[in-house]
Amino acid sequence: MPAISVEGLERAFDDVFAVRGVDLAVDEGEIYGFLGPTGAGKTTTVRMLTTLLLPTGGRATVAGHDVVEEARAVRASIGVALQEAALDPLMTGRELIRLQATLQGIPTSEGRRRADDLLERVDLVAAADRRIGAYSGGMQRRLDLAAALVHKPRVLFLDEPTTGLDPVSRKTIWEEVRALNDEGTTVFLTTQYLEEADQLADNVGIIDSGRIVAEGTPAALKAEIGHPHVRLTLAEGSIAQAEEICRGIGKLLPPKDARSVLVEVERGASDIPRVVRALDEAGIEVGSLDLVSPTLDDVFVARTGYHLEQDEAGVEEAVGA
Amino acid sequence: MSDLAANLRVVRALGLRSIRQTFRRPQLIAPIIVFPTLILAIQTGGAGAAVNLPGFPPVQSFLQFMLAGAMMQALMLAANSGGIALAVDIEMGFTDRLFAAPISRYTVVLGRLAGTAALGVVAALWFLAVGLIFGAEIKGGVPGALVAIALTASAAVAIGGIGSAIALRTGRSSIVQGMFPLIFVVLFLSTAFFPEGLMVEPARTIAEYNPMSFVVEGIREPIVTGLEGRDVLWAVVAVAGIAAFSLLLSVRALRHRLRTGG
Repeated sequence: MPAISVEGLERAFDDVFAVRGVDLAVDEGEIYGFLGPTGAGKTTTVRMLTTLLLPTGGRATVAGHDVVEEARAVRASIGVALQEAALDPLMTGRELIRLQATLQGIPTSEGRRRADDLLERVDLVAAADRRIGAYSGGMQRRLDLAAALVHKPRVLFLDEPTTGLDPVSRKTIWEEVRALNDEGTTVFLTTQYLEEADQLADNVGIIDSGRIVAEGTPAALKAEIGHPHVRLTLAEGSIAQAEEICRGIGKLLPPKDARSVLVEVERGASDIPRVVRALDEAGIEVGSLDLVSPTLDDVFVARTGYHLEQDEAGVEEAVGA
Repeated sequence: MSDLAANLRVVRALGLRSIRQTFRRPQLIAPIIVFPTLILAIQTGGAGAAVNLPGFPPVQSFLQFMLAGAMMQALMLAANSGGIALAVDIEMGFTDRLFAAPISRYTVVLGRLAGTAALGVVAALWFLAVGLIFGAEIKGGVPGALVAIALTASAAVAIGGIGSAIALRTGRSSIVQGMFPLIFVVLFLSTAFFPEGLMVEPARTIAEYNPMSFVVEGIREPIVTGLEGRDVLWAVVAVAGIAAFSLLLSVRALRHRLRTGG
């Protein structure tokens, strides 16, 4: 039985559909990356799966329980760390985890023990009795994650757990997510970071405008795209002319900025001299040129026609860190 | 552990959080204790001779008369603070954490109201202590004081339900905070600060039927005349009525929020 099963899930706010007919299945012990730009429907989907919002259509089960008919059983099986860590700045970290243990029906003495263990796990022992308002963003996310784990949930929902974090904090969260998954926890992770989905997820669902536009393992999705592309930035010369030349070499992809051209190359690196020669003959000076293997962004572009809006700089740094 | 016991444990935990939150945020405790104390001091010092006016009910001192008004003011402000705090919880997403737990979602509101009740007790104790220190007599003795405390706490819960309903319906602390002036209008159009016999129309008629007048007279009776029972009984009826109304509003607002997500 899948840990999460979703069929035709919909949510409309008046006449506007935030989620329209989402189908997906997440196996036990899997990390599922739910990738999409801001406003794509990721958070609305998570809110329905965590019983915080009623669907207006379709059905979903989590840990074998229907999210509408057996909402309380769902809530007993899941851990949730929502976007913008929902923490009370006036509480201390220890108080928050103990409160979370009470909410989960854990006896007081056991709750205290688990709070101590979890604070140690997320390296917050020294800050445990400080008010959360004094925590850094990374510490708050780690605390939020610890609170979500207090009852050892079967399925863990993480809604954009690293958005806005510095590279070091992001890497720490990634390591913790991997460790949790190794212990058998199913993880449903929403993200707008391509690298995050690529690094962590066993399977990825790409959502845009409330619909899943692609689903599969990161490797399979990238393999569907097939060819790498050349990304070149012009030092001098007309972009329109460069695009015209490149169109004769391969399929043009939507550029990321006004001074660059992306062109698909069937033979990979072997096509680079051809590109450079053609531009040189036209008097166009190339500032930089990269051969880029297919990424999840390419998958996104192929399915939606535009790039995923995001700032990947931090992610790339984190990966290299 | 039974469902009821588990839910009561959550109400207790959320009530304790609510009290801690109030004492850790000076802007929440100040209106409940400091403002009513200042108003009590100013009115007692400046208008103490009012007890000699014809139509003023027989009292030991103006301070003795005013204690119930100060307690009423404090409990209404505690109720409003509870609503503001709930709205802040909604704004920062903390209620989502609570709603995502396997508990009855009504415990989220009841926990907040339990905290408000505790603040009502603290306020009542404070003003009874102030009264005793400055020479006011509690005619009903310890039983009378306990009745006044119980009425203050239960009225705080009943009125707090209105703040909670507004918080749940709007999810915005600024709107609940906007009720602040209304509290004073309702208070001044009750017998909290003036005896009904000294009011002029139409304030007199409004005060006569204002449910807050029934509550404040119920708190005042054990302080001023002892436990005669009539005003206390009317206060219990008024508190029950307000509680039924406000809790119904809260339940509807909570259901709306859970159904629509906002």
